Amino acid sequence: MMKKVKIYVTLRESVLDPQGSAVKGSLANMGYKEVEDVRIGKYLELLISDTDRDIDTLVKEMCEKLLANTVIEDYRFEVEEAH
Amino acid sequence: MMKFAVLVFPGSNCDVDMYHAIKDELGEEVEYVWHDATDLSEYDAILIPGGFSYGDYLRCGAMASQSNVMQAVKKAAEEGKPILGVCNGFQILTEAGLLPGALLRNKNLKFICRTVPLKVENNQTLFTNQYDEGQIINIPIAHGEGNYFCDEETLKKLKENNQIVFTYAGDNPNGSLENIAGIVNERGNVLGMMPHPERAVDALLGSADGLALFKSIVKQWRESHV
Repeated sequence: MMKKVKIYVTLRESVLDPQGSAVKGSLANMGYKEVEDVRIGKYLELLISDTDRDIDTLVKEMCEKLLANTVIEDYRFEVEEAH
Repeated sequence: MMKFAVLVFPGSNCDVDMYHAIKDELGEEVEYVWHDATDLSEYDAILIPGGFSYGDYLRCGAMASQSNVMQAVKKAAEEGKPILGVCNGFQILTEAGLLPGALLRNKNLKFICRTVPLKVENNQTLFTNQYDEGQIINIPIAHGEGNYFCDEETLKKLKENNQIVFTYAGDNPNGSLENIAGIVNERGNVLGMMPHPERAVDALLGSADGLALFKSIVKQWRESHV
């Protein structure tokens, strides 16, 4: 069974996000004064074919090696059956 | 004659400037090396030029850091060969784990292209022995992601080991931590810097202050290969 993996990559809390701050400024300008903070991240979708390997280990490995830079980013993911 | 390699990735665009600096200004041997090469043993120094490798997709330098040639660069680094990464080359070195920290988006979100004054913080490296300590040099920058970041513990180590080689002497253009413009690894043979010394090798270009960096590499190499 194919698997769909949804990966969320976000900047670590200790890292400033100038892009997020600019977007927050725009929202405030538009009247959304209640927005306290904006953080921008990435969303990735992987379609993975049948494999003998443990899928969580596999995805974790890909995140650590390439998809996220753990010096500045955190990641989390969900695995679903693909249809 | 010292032999330099200039690595070329899809999207590198400062490779020709780097080649010119070595061949015409420094007068040493130099060759382009494509990113799928697996052996760098014939070269005495490795230069990783600026540009937009792989279109800066995912993160600047992320995909280039996983290419074949970077395994060979890691080997060369372990052997103590001089490795210089400029701009995107610096980003590739941090992504590859050869230098600590990361380069974030410029604080003002703008791509900045201008000549800036740099302070030589450490002239005891194989890249800076032809400069005076504290010397101010003018070198161009051209980047959108040059905002150096690392955690506190790493910063402490960088300071303790004198790994901060260049800082921005004027206004900090990109928001980098402690005005950092360039750092070396602990051993001192891998230098990453956002400013472009290869664009400052002739007075005709507006500054020749970058040439001493390449001359430093050659001087060190000659002294250890007599």
